[in-house]
Amino acid sequence: MTPLIIAGRTFHSRLFIGTGKFGSHELMRKAIEASGSELVTVALRRVDLDKNPEGDPLISKLDPGKVVIVPNTSGARTAEEAIRIARLARAAGGFDWIKLELTPNLHHLLPDPIETLKAAEVLVKEGFKVLPYINADPVLAKRLEEAGTVAVMPLAAPIGSNLGIRTRDMLEIIVANARVPVVVDAGLGMPSHAAAAIELGADCVLINTAIAAAADPVGMAKAFAKAVEAAEEALAAGPRAPRASADASSPLTGFLWEKPEH
Amino acid sequence: MTVTVNGKPKPLGEAKTLSQLLEALGVKAAKKAVELNGLIISPSAFATTPVAANDQIEIIQFVGGG
Repeated sequence: MTPLIIAGRTFHSRLFIGTGKFGSHELMRKAIEASGSELVTVALRRVDLDKNPEGDPLISKLDPGKVVIVPNTSGARTAEEAIRIARLARAAGGFDWIKLELTPNLHHLLPDPIETLKAAEVLVKEGFKVLPYINADPVLAKRLEEAGTVAVMPLAAPIGSNLGIRTRDMLEIIVANARVPVVVDAGLGMPSHAAAAIELGADCVLINTAIAAAADPVGMAKAFAKAVEAAEEALAAGPRAPRASADASSPLTGFLWEKPEH
Repeated sequence: MTVTVNGKPKPLGEAKTLSQLLEALGVKAAKKAVELNGLIISPSAFATTPVAANDQIEIIQFVGGG
Protein backbone atom coordinates (compact mmCIF):
# COMPACT_ATOMS: atom_id res chain seq x y z
CA MET A 1 0.00 0.00 0.00
CA THR A 2 1.04 3.59 -0.48
CA PRO A 3 2.16 5.24 2.76
CA LEU A 4 -0.53 6.86 4.83
CA ILE A 5 -0.22 10.64 4.91
CA ILE A 6 -2.39 12.83 7.13
CA ALA A 7 -1.89 16.59 7.11
CA GLY A 8 1.49 16.13 5.45
CA ARG A 9 2.75 13.66 8.04
CA THR A 10 3.65 10.12 6.95
CA PHE A 11 2.53 7.23 9.14
CA HIS A 12 4.19 3.82 8.87
CA SER A 13 1.52 2.14 10.99
CA ARG A 14 -2.18 2.20 10.20
CA LEU A 15 -3.02 1.50 13.82
CA PHE A 16 -3.77 4.45 16.09
CA ILE A 17 -4.15 4.00 19.84
CA GLY A 18 -6.31 5.70 22.45
CA THR A 19 -4.65 6.09 25.85
CA GLY A 20 -7.72 5.71 28.10
CA LYS A 21 -8.46 2.86 30.50
CA PHE A 22 -4.92 1.42 30.81
CA GLY A 23 -4.12 -0.04 34.22
CA SER A 24 -0.95 2.05 34.45
CA HIS A 25 1.04 4.53 32.40
CA GLU A 26 3.81 1.96 32.05
CA LEU A 27 1.38 -0.57 30.57
CA MET A 28 0.12 2.10 28.20
CA ARG A 29 3.64 2.98 27.13
CA LYS A 30 4.54 -0.67 26.50
CA ALA A 31 1.33 -1.32 24.58
CA ILE A 32 1.90 1.70 22.33
CA GLU A 33 5.47 0.56 21.69
CA ALA A 34 4.35 -3.01 20.93
CA SER A 35 1.68 -1.74 18.53
CA GLY A 36 4.14 0.31 16.45
CA SER A 37 1.55 3.08 16.46
CA GLU A 38 2.61 6.60 15.55
CA LEU A 39 -0.56 8.42 16.63
CA VAL A 40 -2.18 8.40 20.05
CA THR A 41 -5.14 10.27 21.49
CA VAL A 42 -5.38 11.87 24.93
CA ALA A 43 -8.16 13.69 26.79
CA LEU A 44 -8.29 16.92 28.82
CA ARG A 45 -9.79 17.15 32.27
CA ARG A 46 -9.61 19.37 35.34
CA VAL A 47 -6.67 18.82 37.66
CA ASP A 48 -7.95 17.18 40.85
CA LEU A 49 -6.67 19.71 43.38
CA ASP A 50 -7.58 17.59 46.40
CA LYS A 51 -6.37 14.15 45.37
CA ASN A 52 -3.58 14.86 42.88
CA PRO A 53 -2.74 18.56 42.58
CA GLU A 54 0.55 17.88 40.80
CA GLY A 55 -1.44 16.43 37.95
CA ASP A 56 -1.49 13.29 35.83
CA PRO A 57 2.01 12.63 34.41
CA LEU A 58 0.50 10.85 31.36
CA ILE A 59 1.72 13.30 28.76
CA SER A 60 5.33 12.98 29.95
CA LYS A 61 5.13 9.23 29.24
CA LEU A 62 4.51 9.85 25.54
CA ASP A 63 7.41 10.56 23.20
CA PRO A 64 6.40 13.26 20.70
CA GLY A 65 9.37 12.20 18.58
CA LYS A 66 7.71 8.82 18.04
CA VAL A 67 3.98 9.52 18.18
CA VAL A 68 1.73 12.34 17.11
CA ILE A 69 -0.25 13.30 20.20
CA VAL A 70 -3.85 14.15 19.36
CA PRO A 71 -5.94 15.61 22.18
CA ASN A 72 -9.65 14.86 21.96
CA THR A 73 -12.58 17.04 22.94
CA SER A 74 -14.34 14.25 24.82
CA GLY A 75 -16.93 15.47 27.29
CA ALA A 76 -17.93 18.35 25.02
CA ARG A 77 -21.66 18.53 24.30
CA THR A 78 -21.68 21.63 22.11
CA ALA A 79 -19.45 23.17 19.45
CA GLU A 80 -18.59 25.93 21.90
CA GLU A 81 -17.35 23.45 24.52
CA ALA A 82 -15.33 21.50 21.95
CA ILE A 83 -13.68 24.68 20.64
CA ARG A 84 -12.82 25.69 24.20
CA ILE A 85 -11.15 22.32 24.85
CA ALA A 86 -9.20 22.48 21.58
CA ARG A 87 -7.87 25.93 22.44
CA LEU A 88 -6.91 24.75 25.93
CA ALA A 89 -5.05 21.76 24.44
CA ARG A 90 -3.11 24.10 22.18
CA ALA A 91 -2.29 26.40 25.09
CA ALA A 92 -1.22 23.55 27.38
CA GLY A 93 0.94 21.57 25.05
CA GLY A 94 1.19 23.37 21.74
CA PHE A 95 -0.86 20.61 20.14
CA ASP A 96 -2.66 21.58 16.99
CA TRP A 97 -4.03 18.17 16.02
CA ILE A 98 -7.45 17.71 17.55
CA LYS A 99 -9.86 14.80 17.57
CA LEU A 100 -13.25 16.47 17.53
CA GLU A 101 -15.51 14.38 19.74
CA LEU A 102 -18.92 15.76 20.62
CA THR A 103 -21.10 13.29 22.46
CA PRO A 104 -24.09 14.90 24.19
CA ASN A 105 -25.62 11.58 25.30
CA LEU A 106 -23.54 9.69 27.85
CA HIS A 107 -25.57 6.51 27.35
CA HIS A 108 -24.74 5.80 23.71
CA LEU A 109 -21.93 8.37 23.23
CA LEU A 110 -22.95 8.89 19.61
CA PRO A 111 -21.54 12.07 18.08
CA ASP A 112 -23.66 15.17 17.41
CA PRO A 113 -23.24 15.81 13.67
CA ILE A 114 -24.48 19.41 13.68
CA GLU A 115 -22.28 20.62 16.53
CA THR A 116 -19.33 18.64 15.09
CA LEU A 117 -19.58 20.42 11.74
CA LYS A 118 -19.94 23.83 13.45
CA ALA A 119 -16.88 23.22 15.61
CA ALA A 120 -14.86 21.86 12.68
CA GLU A 121 -15.50 24.99 10.61
CA VAL A 122 -14.18 27.21 13.41
CA LEU A 123 -11.18 25.05 14.35
CA VAL A 124 -10.02 24.59 10.75
CA LYS A 125 -9.97 28.39 10.39
CA GLU A 126 -7.88 28.59 13.57
CA GLY A 127 -5.27 26.33 12.01
CA PHE A 128 -6.09 23.12 13.83
CA LYS A 129 -5.65 19.79 12.08
CA VAL A 130 -9.11 18.47 12.75
CA LEU A 131 -10.01 14.78 12.87
CA PRO A 132 -13.75 14.56 13.52
CA TYR A 133 -15.32 11.51 15.18
CA ILE A 134 -18.61 10.93 13.36
CA ASN A 135 -21.34 8.44 12.85
CA ALA A 136 -20.83 6.53 9.60
CA ASP A 137 -22.67 9.17 7.56
CA PRO A 138 -21.26 9.64 4.05
CA VAL A 139 -22.91 13.05 3.58
CA LEU A 140 -21.52 14.39 6.85
CA ALA A 141 -18.10 12.94 6.03
CA LYS A 142 -18.11 14.87 2.74
CA ARG A 143 -19.29 18.08 4.42
CA LEU A 144 -16.47 17.84 6.97
CA GLU A 145 -13.90 17.15 4.27
CA GLU A 146 -15.15 20.23 2.41
CA ALA A 147 -14.82 22.21 5.64
CA GLY A 148 -11.12 21.30 5.66
CA THR A 149 -10.76 18.46 8.15
CA VAL A 150 -7.59 16.42 7.58
CA ALA A 151 -9.39 13.09 8.01
CA VAL A 152 -12.75 11.68 9.01
CA MET A 153 -13.27 9.18 11.81
CA PRO A 154 -16.48 7.23 11.30
CA LEU A 155 -17.50 4.76 13.97
CA ALA A 156 -17.82 1.00 13.54
CA ALA A 157 -20.07 0.68 16.61
CA PRO A 158 -20.60 2.68 19.84
CA ILE A 159 -17.46 3.68 21.76
CA GLY A 160 -16.08 0.90 23.94
CA SER A 161 -18.71 -1.61 22.76
CA ASN A 162 -16.27 -4.01 21.05
CA LEU A 163 -19.16 -4.98 18.75
CA GLY A 164 -17.11 -4.87 15.55
CA ILE A 165 -18.20 -3.32 12.26
CA ARG A 166 -21.93 -2.57 12.42
CA THR A 167 -21.83 0.23 9.87
CA ARG A 168 -20.21 -1.63 6.97
CA ASP A 169 -22.44 -0.43 4.13
CA MET A 170 -22.07 3.22 5.10
CA LEU A 171 -18.32 2.88 5.71
CA GLU A 172 -17.95 1.49 2.18
CA ILE A 173 -19.70 4.56 0.77
CA ILE A 174 -17.52 6.89 2.86
CA VAL A 175 -14.33 5.14 1.74
CA ALA A 176 -15.41 5.18 -1.92
CA ASN A 177 -15.96 8.95 -1.85
CA ALA A 178 -13.46 10.34 0.65
CA ARG A 179 -10.55 12.46 -0.49
CA VAL A 180 -9.13 12.58 3.03
CA PRO A 181 -7.97 9.55 5.03
CA VAL A 182 -10.71 7.52 6.71
CA VAL A 183 -9.95 6.36 10.24
CA VAL A 184 -12.42 3.77 11.52
CA ASP A 185 -12.82 4.63 15.18
CA ALA A 186 -14.84 3.11 18.01
CA GLY A 187 -16.37 -0.30 18.46
CA LEU A 188 -13.57 -2.44 17.01
CA GLY A 189 -13.17 -5.20 19.58
CA MET A 190 -10.96 -7.84 17.99
CA PRO A 191 -8.03 -7.83 15.57
CA SER A 192 -10.28 -9.39 12.91
CA HIS A 193 -12.53 -6.30 13.13
CA ALA A 194 -9.55 -4.03 12.50
CA ALA A 195 -8.43 -6.18 9.58
CA ALA A 196 -11.95 -6.06 8.12
CA ALA A 197 -11.93 -2.26 8.36
CA ILE A 198 -8.65 -2.03 6.43
CA GLU A 199 -9.83 -4.63 3.91
CA LEU A 200 -12.98 -2.64 3.17
CA GLY A 201 -10.77 0.31 2.30
CA ALA A 202 -10.32 2.34 5.48
CA ASP A 203 -6.92 4.00 5.71
CA CYS A 204 -6.45 3.20 9.38
CA VAL A 205 -8.16 2.25 12.62
CA LEU A 206 -8.15 3.71 16.12
CA ILE A 207 -8.30 1.24 18.99
CA ASN A 208 -8.55 2.00 22.70
CA THR A 209 -10.82 -0.18 24.83
CA ALA A 210 -10.08 -3.45 23.01
CA ILE A 211 -6.37 -3.07 23.85
CA ALA A 212 -6.45 -1.18 27.15
CA ALA A 213 -9.15 -3.34 28.75
CA ALA A 214 -7.67 -6.67 27.61
CA ALA A 215 -6.14 -8.89 30.30
CA ASP A 216 -2.79 -8.42 28.51
CA PRO A 217 -2.83 -5.05 26.73
CA VAL A 218 0.67 -5.51 25.30
CA GLY A 219 -0.26 -8.89 23.80
CA MET A 220 -3.47 -7.44 22.39
CA ALA A 221 -1.62 -4.45 20.93
CA LYS A 222 0.70 -6.85 19.08
CA ALA A 223 -2.28 -8.86 17.83
CA PHE A 224 -3.97 -5.72 16.45
CA ALA A 225 -0.73 -4.63 14.78
CA LYS A 226 -0.42 -8.01 13.04
CA ALA A 227 -4.05 -7.93 11.90
CA VAL A 228 -3.71 -4.46 10.42
CA GLU A 229 -0.48 -5.42 8.67
CA ALA A 230 -2.02 -8.64 7.38
CA ALA A 231 -4.93 -6.73 5.88
CA GLU A 232 -2.56 -4.20 4.26
CA GLU A 233 -0.45 -7.00 2.77
CA ALA A 234 -3.55 -8.76 1.52
CA LEU A 235 -4.75 -5.64 -0.27
CA ALA A 236 -1.30 -5.10 -1.76
CA ALA A 237 -1.33 -8.70 -2.98
CA GLY A 238 -4.43 -8.02 -5.08
CA PRO A 239 -7.32 -10.04 -3.71
CA ARG A 240 -9.62 -11.69 -6.22
CA ALA A 241 -13.17 -10.35 -6.09
CA PRO A 242 -15.81 -12.53 -4.42
CA ARG A 243 -18.32 -14.32 -6.65
CA ALA A 244 -21.72 -15.77 -5.97
CA SER A 245 -21.12 -19.24 -7.44
CA ALA A 246 -18.47 -21.88 -6.81
CA ASP A 247 -15.19 -21.92 -8.71
CA ALA A 248 -13.40 -25.20 -8.09
CA SER A 249 -9.89 -25.03 -6.71
CA SER A 250 -9.17 -28.67 -7.56
CA PRO A 251 -9.30 -29.84 -11.17
CA LEU A 252 -12.72 -31.02 -12.32
CA THR A 253 -11.13 -33.68 -14.50
CA GLY A 254 -9.18 -36.91 -13.95
CA PHE A 255 -11.46 -38.39 -11.27
CA LEU A 256 -10.73 -42.06 -10.34
CA TRP A 257 -14.11 -43.24 -11.47
CA GLU A 258 -13.95 -41.55 -14.81
CA LYS A 259 -14.39 -43.98 -17.67
CA PRO A 260 -11.86 -43.38 -20.41
CA GLU A 261 -13.52 -42.19 -23.57
CA HIS A 262 -12.92 -44.23 -26.70
CA MET B 1 -10.03 36.28 50.14
CA THR B 2 -10.74 33.30 47.94
CA VAL B 3 -10.68 32.36 44.27
CA THR B 4 -12.71 29.63 42.60
CA VAL B 5 -10.46 26.97 41.11
CA ASN B 6 -11.96 24.09 39.15
CA GLY B 7 -15.32 24.89 40.66
CA LYS B 8 -14.17 24.96 44.31
CA PRO B 9 -13.29 27.88 46.58
CA LYS B 10 -9.57 28.07 47.39
CA PRO B 11 -7.71 30.59 49.56
CA LEU B 12 -5.86 33.22 47.56
CA GLY B 13 -3.28 33.52 50.35
CA GLU B 14 -0.25 35.60 49.46
CA ALA B 15 -0.47 34.77 45.74
CA LYS B 16 -0.23 37.80 43.48
CA THR B 17 0.34 35.99 40.19
CA LEU B 18 -0.93 32.86 38.53
CA SER B 19 2.46 31.17 39.00
CA GLN B 20 2.36 31.87 42.73
CA LEU B 21 -1.19 30.55 43.00
CA LEU B 22 -0.31 27.34 41.11
CA GLU B 23 2.64 26.83 43.42
CA ALA B 24 0.50 27.39 46.53
CA LEU B 25 -2.01 24.84 45.22
CA GLY B 26 0.78 22.32 44.58
CA VAL B 27 0.17 22.27 40.81
CA LYS B 28 3.10 21.53 38.50
CA ALA B 29 2.74 24.03 35.68
CA ALA B 30 4.20 21.84 32.91
CA LYS B 31 1.67 20.91 30.20
CA LYS B 32 -1.22 22.51 32.03
CA ALA B 33 -3.75 24.89 30.56
CA VAL B 34 -5.21 27.69 32.62
CA GLU B 35 -8.32 29.75 32.05
CA LEU B 36 -8.66 32.91 34.09
CA ASN B 37 -12.17 34.35 34.07
CA GLY B 38 -12.83 32.59 30.78
CA LEU B 39 -9.61 33.68 29.05
CA ILE B 40 -6.90 31.18 28.22
CA ILE B 41 -3.55 32.20 29.69
CA SER B 42 -0.44 31.04 27.85
CA PRO B 43 2.04 29.22 30.14
CA SER B 44 4.69 31.84 29.32
CA ALA B 45 2.41 34.44 30.93
CA PHE B 46 1.67 32.56 34.17
CA ALA B 47 4.39 34.47 36.03
CA THR B 48 3.17 37.90 34.93
CA THR B 49 -0.60 37.38 35.12
CA PRO B 50 -2.09 38.89 38.28
CA VAL B 51 -4.76 37.04 40.26
CA ALA B 52 -7.30 38.67 42.56
CA ALA B 53 -10.09 37.72 44.93
CA ASN B 54 -13.16 36.13 43.29
CA ASP B 55 -11.29 35.15 40.11
CA GLN B 56 -12.69 32.11 38.34
CA ILE B 57 -9.85 29.78 37.41
CA GLU B 58 -9.74 26.47 35.56
CA ILE B 59 -6.61 24.32 35.62
CA ILE B 60 -6.66 21.62 32.97
CA GLN B 61 -4.38 18.64 32.37
CA PHE B 62 -3.96 15.81 29.89
CA VAL B 63 -5.27 12.40 30.92
CA GLY B 64 -5.72 9.10 29.12
CA GLY B 65 -8.50 9.11 26.54
CA GLY B 66 -9.61 7.55 23.29
